[in-house]
Amino acid sequence: METVEINLEEQFQARIDADVRIEPKDWMPDAYRKTLIRQISQHAHSELVGMLPEGNWITRAPSLKRKSILLSKVQDEAGHGLYLYSAAETLGASRDQMLADLHSGKAKYSSIFNYPTLSWADMGTVGWLVDGAAILNQVPLCRTSYGPYARAMVRVCKEESFHQRQGFEIMQTLCEGAPEQKAMAQEALNRWWWPTLMMFGPKDADSPNTEQSMKWRIKRFTNDELRQKFVDMMVPQAEFLGLTVPDPALQWNETKQGYDFGDVNWEEFWNVVKGNGMCNKDRLGARIKAHEEGAWVREAALAHAKKRAERAETQAA
Amino acid sequence: MTQSEWPLWEVFIRSKQGLDHKHVGSLHAADATMAIQNARDVYTRRLEGISIWVVESKHVHASNPDDAEAFYDPANDKVYRHPTFYQVPDSIKHM
Repeated sequence: METVEINLEEQFQARIDADVRIEPKDWMPDAYRKTLIRQISQHAHSELVGMLPEGNWITRAPSLKRKSILLSKVQDEAGHGLYLYSAAETLGASRDQMLADLHSGKAKYSSIFNYPTLSWADMGTVGWLVDGAAILNQVPLCRTSYGPYARAMVRVCKEESFHQRQGFEIMQTLCEGAPEQKAMAQEALNRWWWPTLMMFGPKDADSPNTEQSMKWRIKRFTNDELRQKFVDMMVPQAEFLGLTVPDPALQWNETKQGYDFGDVNWEEFWNVVKGNGMCNKDRLGARIKAHEEGAWVREAALAHAKKRAERAETQAA
Repeated sequence: MTQSEWPLWEVFIRSKQGLDHKHVGSLHAADATMAIQNARDVYTRRLEGISIWVVESKHVHASNPDDAEAFYDPANDKVYRHPTFYQVPDSIKHM
């Protein structure tokens, strides 16, 4: 019995190594399934909670154009959450259970959404920086080993690039505007830069799951590799905008053809992960409130569908 | 907690007239009408489709991956089913 299990694992790894995608009904190690459910549902939760900091600005967008764009973006985030929940469900996770885990605090979501969005420039920064970081994380996931997750990510990535561009456009408009507007953009960058670097997760040395996830080709790059790429990508864009990246240690390194940069405040990172960030309670509270206040709609729709099905049955009889 | 989860539906989209409906993903809905409305919001926000099919997931029957060898391997040694198996003299046209 044990040898059978070992052979299955070996065959599974051989398929992964040959870049064959794994599909829902294929045999997979329990740990692979669990890791994916955890990662995909966390990702879905992040999309869902990610609507909140931006929803905060829909009614206060500075023009009808910006308001329409922001509405579309927030609607996209809801869609991304749905693609991802569906992908997790192909692994046997239940939607109700995933939401219950989010609401109880058992499941995590990206810590970035536990920071407040204080000014309109934050909408620019969130699109440009935060979605920029998300894209770096997500593009390699389009080739992740689990088929439904990879396909969901292809859709997400297509839509995400609009998010980043609209954010950059907001920043550019502010930076080309009055000195007060430019100062607002700089102030937003100052607050968001470090939390955005945290989005890539702990340092490789402190990320125990990375090695296995790389072996299973769920992940294709380590946290530190992606963080480095992000800094190299963003610094020239900040320079174009005429903004200063708030890191005195930031310096071009000719030998590695990349930037050296300062260390993230990991104490702050873990503190936010543990639930003590500025907005953890607000975000989860808003999520739970929306879920509970929508309960009657879900129940009524189900009752209505049941009644109609029964009526159709009686009429047919 | 009572069972409140809406049934799961598979969504198929025809991207343009003349092409097949293609599976794009799934979603939850109380009934078929709602499934189509939700599919429109979730899967066609950027002109991805002009027609939607939804099928409740429980009605989809799938082949078993464990049967893959028995199912598909027999086609492996039947190269004569392909036109390239046959040698046609160069002077023969329109074949």
